[in-house]
Amino acid sequence: MLETIAFYLFSAILTFSAVMVISARNPVHSVLFLILAFFNAAGLFVLLGAEFLAMILVIVYVGAVAVLFLFVVMMLDVSFADLRKGAMKHVALGIVLGGILLTELIALYSTWQFAPDQVAHSAAPVTDVENTKAIGEILYTQYGFVFQVSGLVLLVAMIGAIVLTHRRRPGVRSQKVGDQVGRKPADAMSVQSITPGAGA
Amino acid sequence: MEIGLHHYLILGGLLFTLGVFGIFLNRKNVIIIMMSIELMLLAVNINFVAFSSFMHDLGGQIFTMFILTVAAAEAAIGLAILVVFFRNKGSIAVEDISTLKG
Repeated sequence: MLETIAFYLFSAILTFSAVMVISARNPVHSVLFLILAFFNAAGLFVLLGAEFLAMILVIVYVGAVAVLFLFVVMMLDVSFADLRKGAMKHVALGIVLGGILLTELIALYSTWQFAPDQVAHSAAPVTDVENTKAIGEILYTQYGFVFQVSGLVLLVAMIGAIVLTHRRRPGVRSQKVGDQVGRKPADAMSVQSITPGAGA
Repeated sequence: MEIGLHHYLILGGLLFTLGVFGIFLNRKNVIIIMMSIELMLLAVNINFVAFSSFMHDLGGQIFTMFILTVAAAEAAIGLAILVVFFRNKGSIAVEDISTLKG
């Protein structure tokens, strides 16, 4: 009973905040509602027994991605009111396409049934150990290669983001380590031959 | 009433549809479009975890972790491109992003 109430509470707030994300006038409010949506999705994950993913969702999405969005929204000096002009032009098309998509998805999902022998085909059957430990047991063994590839994806994303946004401004007095290390004695000093008595 | 797999799947479908609709509603604002994409990815994640939970198969949860990774990378790169674009053009409207049109 409690689980049912929790499910409907979480999913109602999740749907409401998703609606607010796409319809809020102020993009900062959109980001804040996105954070609310992620928290409620994390609650649903807990209900489903995926505690580890719930915590990861909060840490990665709320802690990193949503804050990144917030940074960018606040950093860009854009008139968001202008961007909303003519927003209603394609709403009818959107409603039609969204309605078709939703109808199809519900028609597909409401008749969903598992094959009777699906347990025999499961990739990583759930054992009786707790969720985090079970994920750790297969993530580093069965899925070890994919795990490392995803680390590579993150590395590429990090380097890409730094390279894209790094700005080299001319005229700034900054330390040039390469020039300092590459400096030779001949660049800095020379031996002068001065005849005796000629020096002033 | 027992909460079954169908409840979660329909919630995921609803969330995905809202994400698609958000792209139509905010087709000028790249930031909101990216947030809509995050909503769609979240819907997919809910589906994955729901299937994983009801099929007693941890593979879905592993896959969700990789989706989270890729989504984080995508958001970082996308926002970096957006910042650079704004720096060069002074605008983030989608119709101004047409330099590559030829």
